[in-house]
Amino acid sequence: MERTALRRRLTWQTGTVTQVREETSTARTIVLDLPDWPGHLAGQHLDVRLTAPDGYRASRSYSIASAWTGEGVELTVEQVPDGEVSPYLVEVLKVGDPLEVRGPVGGWFVWRPEDTGPVQLIGGGSGVVPLMAMLRTHAHAASTTPVRLLYSVRRPASVIYRPDLKDLAASDDVDVTFVYTREAPPGEPRVGRIDAELLAAKAFGPADDPTTYVCGPTPFVEAVADLLVAAGHDPSKVRTERFGPTGGPR
Amino acid sequence: MSADVPTHLDGNAAAGALRELFAVDVTTAIARCAGCGRTGVFAEARLYADAPGLVARCPGCEDVLLRVVTTPSDTYFDLRGLTYLRLPNTP
Repeated sequence: MERTALRRRLTWQTGTVTQVREETSTARTIVLDLPDWPGHLAGQHLDVRLTAPDGYRASRSYSIASAWTGEGVELTVEQVPDGEVSPYLVEVLKVGDPLEVRGPVGGWFVWRPEDTGPVQLIGGGSGVVPLMAMLRTHAHAASTTPVRLLYSVRRPASVIYRPDLKDLAASDDVDVTFVYTREAPPGEPRVGRIDAELLAAKAFGPADDPTTYVCGPTPFVEAVADLLVAAGHDPSKVRTERFGPTGGPR
Repeated sequence: MSADVPTHLDGNAAAGALRELFAVDVTTAIARCAGCGRTGVFAEARLYADAPGLVARCPGCEDVLLRVVTTPSDTYFDLRGLTYLRLPNTP
C-alpha cells in the first residue's frame, strides 16, 4: 500500500462528503469517500482544492485525522478567520457534496505501528489532528507501544475529539494530559503553557529515548522543540509540523 | 495573517506541490544546501508558502534551497540552492 502511495504521481481526485461532525464551535470533521484512495500513514496530509465559478482556485493542506482502515478519510478543519478555504469547509460544505483532493502526501511526520520505542505526541490547538491519526492507528493496530499525548488548548471548550481522547486514555498504553493556557476546567488548577517542569513531569524523558511528534502553530512548535532539545532530547528524534495561515497543514 | 506569527512552515508542507512534479516523496529525501553544506531531511527546511509560490530555505543558513512557482500554464521549479537530493532506490 505504502509503496504504491509513494510511487504514483499525484493527481487530483474528487471525493464525496459522507458525514460531517462538529468538534468545537470552530472545528468540524469531514468524512470523505474516496474510491481511488491508496491508503495513508498516520501523520500524512492531503491537499484540498476549491474552484470558484470564475475559475479561481485555492488549495490548502490538511492533516488526515483518521487511521487508514480501508475506507473513508477524515479531515478535521479549524476555521481560520478571513481564510479562503476553511470557512467553506467548516460552514458551507454538506453531506453529498463533492470535494477535490490530492494525497496522501508527506512521509516525514508519520508514525508506523512497526516503529518501536515510546512515542511522545505534543499538540497545540488543531495540531492535535495528525496526532489523533497516530493514536487511532495505534489503537487500530492494537499496538502496545507506550504513547503519551500532551495537548495544549486554550480552554475546555476548545478540546477537539474529547470523547475519543477519553476512551483512548482509558487504555493502559496511552497517557493523555491536557494543558490549558487560558481557562482550566473546575478541579484542574493549572493554567499555563507547556514548560520544562511540565515536560519533566508528564512527557517521556531523554532516557526513555522516545520519538517525539510536535504539531501546532509555528511559535508553539518552536517553543516546545527548543524545550525538548534543552532537556537533552536528540534533535533527530524530535519531528515537527508547523502550520500557519497559508498553505500549511492545519 | 497577523504580523507576530512567523511565516515559515516545514518543508513537509510542500509535499503536495512536489508530488505533482516528482514520482517520489521529496520531503523525506536528504537535501544538501549549496550555501552552507548542511545536510538534512528536506521536511525540516523552512517553507515560506505565502510568497508568490513556495520558497524553501535552509534551516542552517537561510539560503534558498528550492522555489516552485505555478502560473496558469506552467510550473517553474528552481533548485539551484541544492547540491543534491538523496533518495532511497527502494522506498
